[in-house]
Amino acid sequence: MAGQERVLRRRIRSVQSTKKITRAMELIAASRIVRAQGRVQAAVPYSDAITEVVRDLAAAGAGRDSPLLTPRPDIKKVAHVVVAADRGLCGGYNSSVIRAAEGSMREHGQLGRDYGLVVVGRKAESYFRYRNFRIDGVFTGFTDQPHYEDARNIARAVEGPFLAGEYDLVELIYTRFVSAGRQEVVVRPMMPLDLQILEGGDARPDARDDGSVPASYEFEPSPEEILIQLLPVYAEARLYAALLNAAASEHAARQRAMKAATDNADDLITSLTRVMNRARQDAITSEIMEIVGGAEALRQAKHPAEQALVLPTEHDSGAAA
Amino acid sequence: MANTMNVMVVSPEQVLFEGEGEMVVCRTTEGQIAFLPGHTPLLAALGTAKVRVIQPDGEFTVAVHEGFVEVTGDRVVILSDVAELPDQIDVERARSAKQRAESELSSDPENEASKSALARADLRLEVAEGVSG
Repeated sequence: MAGQERVLRRRIRSVQSTKKITRAMELIAASRIVRAQGRVQAAVPYSDAITEVVRDLAAAGAGRDSPLLTPRPDIKKVAHVVVAADRGLCGGYNSSVIRAAEGSMREHGQLGRDYGLVVVGRKAESYFRYRNFRIDGVFTGFTDQPHYEDARNIARAVEGPFLAGEYDLVELIYTRFVSAGRQEVVVRPMMPLDLQILEGGDARPDARDDGSVPASYEFEPSPEEILIQLLPVYAEARLYAALLNAAASEHAARQRAMKAATDNADDLITSLTRVMNRARQDAITSEIMEIVGGAEALRQAKHPAEQALVLPTEHDSGAAA
Repeated sequence: MANTMNVMVVSPEQVLFEGEGEMVVCRTTEGQIAFLPGHTPLLAALGTAKVRVIQPDGEFTVAVHEGFVEVTGDRVVILSDVAELPDQIDVERARSAKQRAESELSSDPENEASKSALARADLRLEVAEGVSG
């Protein structure tokens, strides 16, 4: 009986230390959500401003024939930029992004379109590698704290093949951070840039709603040249916003997952403690029984004459045997 | 007409400056340009250069490595994916980068990467020293 108690005690101790870890991860994730949210907010003025510039340029009539703005009539290959996390232990965060990516690839596949795959985050990489997908680009090591540099590297890796005509469409799959309690996986077209959805970016939907007619601008150099320089930057800014959203979502998902794990550990400890206490009680009871029985047997051995005065009990027979 | 304008300098990661300015001096890909309040609307690409915002009570300087400037009436917005404040610049690093770029250029004078590295290092030193000096 004592053996079972020891096993239970060890089990409880192990659950307790796991709980400490999950609790710590929960707290870390919670504090990082705040910081990540701050970074999302800090990127808003820039993305507002650049959206405004792109819109003003478009209003001036520039870029009607820019390859980055023109949808292609015949789409043969669709690149998917999948933004997942480097680390696990964040609930369904990675798997929902990956599922959305696979769904989108299947959809395009049914239309006879080939896929391209650019993965962000170690988890997405290992998933797709294990399943023998063709991976065109891998970016890892920064998903919980992306920098603008990272966004630029990814944007460049996609832009080259897009402009060269290898990709006809680039889709961005990431988790949008709506609030600490809600994140959603979204699939957004990234290239060609759609001026219609400029308004509905991740930054702020109502960048400029006062209906002001853009003034007639002077341009230096020409509008076309500015646009050529500006559009890649604009794509980078959108990707950066997506990475920041994904990072905030990752922390939120991890916090939720770790909170659930901590709560589970609590429940487990409660029930295990209950079982252990019962086991200990049983062990003590049977020990007492054995001692009483043993003492009785000894007494009988010393005074065999008194045997007739004692009522036989089951312990007598047990201990004597 | 107001004699100041609203100036904002933003990079993707933060707003570096937001406030009133009497004049903004910067360099576009075409050349040096200064904006005063009431400047005609303009959209320009910036080169690697120092941007100065002259304020009623001082001056704000920032190193901009390419970017865009948009002027609308009494508002100037400077957008740059790499913009550095003078106190963010590592002078030692800029110096060694400059030396490296110069030595690369002496062996290969046509190397574009070294040329722009040199321009960046020069700019960093100029901006950083403008404050300490």
